[in-house]
Amino acid sequence: MGEERLSLSPLEAVMKGIIGKKVGMTQIFGDDGQAIPVTVIQAGPCYVTQIRSEEKDGYTAVQLGFDELPPKRNGSSRLTQPKRGHLQRNGMALPDLRVLREFRVKEISVEEGQKLLVSDVFAPGERVDVVGTSKGRGFAGTVKRHGFNRQPKTHGASDRERAPGSIGATSTPGRVMKGLRMAGRMGGERVTAQNLEVVVVDAEKNMLAVRGSVPGARGGILLIKPSRKQR
Amino acid sequence: MTDLIKALEPAQTQHPRIQPGDSVRVHLRIVEGNRERIQVFHGTVIRIGGGGVNTTFTVRRIASHGIGVERTFLLHSPRIEKVEIVRNAKVRRAKLYYLRALTGKATRLKERRF
Repeated sequence: MGEERLSLSPLEAVMKGIIGKKVGMTQIFGDDGQAIPVTVIQAGPCYVTQIRSEEKDGYTAVQLGFDELPPKRNGSSRLTQPKRGHLQRNGMALPDLRVLREFRVKEISVEEGQKLLVSDVFAPGERVDVVGTSKGRGFAGTVKRHGFNRQPKTHGASDRERAPGSIGATSTPGRVMKGLRMAGRMGGERVTAQNLEVVVVDAEKNMLAVRGSVPGARGGILLIKPSRKQR
Repeated sequence: MTDLIKALEPAQTQHPRIQPGDSVRVHLRIVEGNRERIQVFHGTVIRIGGGGVNTTFTVRRIASHGIGVERTFLLHSPRIEKVEIVRNAKVRRAKLYYLRALTGKATRLKERRF
């Protein structure tokens, strides 16, 4: 039945996921001298801030916190009282964490308050999906946003170079079709880069490097999860 | 944060500083199955690109039958065993693409002496 299809890979049965920050790209050389393009991610340390359970919340997930905030100069916290309270529940005494995100899991293999390092979660050679927020392009035209072709610069054309062309017929149907691709806001949305190879895991520096590019600007928050394509 | 990138980047190999117009011999490590040998590519540096660990340079040579051959190398690649500078030349631009249009005697560059 559907139960079978919904079952998760053994990888996902345990807690597999971490929150990170995009640092930038560089290249390293493989064993055979081949240059490998990599994105460097500052991944973790993360803390398990809450466990979502079937009985209590209707689904199972693990909430992780990331990005420790130093206190203000006068010693007070940079978080609001409610957020701080969430991190101090049941005597957890976690540092001030700026980012909280949930990862859906089938079975809970971690405890609240537990600290997670990249090396606890991923190893080189594994495949991961990386979720980020793409760079915002503002109000973009059809050429940039949908890959439309440009129109001729010459042969009598004027002011039409990047125009969208026809957006529909005349009195039949007498309106513009719904969903027609037009200019508008582009970017700044959730994007997942799938099936990236983990190249380097450095627990000491809390560093993760994956092959290829990753969505978003440098400093952007990323969620790193096991690849869906692996199942 | 950028320190993380620096920590990961491989150490930059120490090759002599090459410049456009230099006549160089590039010793390449070629792996054939289990055997490894060195191949030398000799020519004129017509371009230096990139920066840091990503620095590339392009070498142009005239192969047999007067066919121009250009190869671009990653300067810090472990596949490059050694770069020898045979001769420096006095050139007035950074990219010597104009050499592509020239043949024979016209491609000679004036040597620069220190």
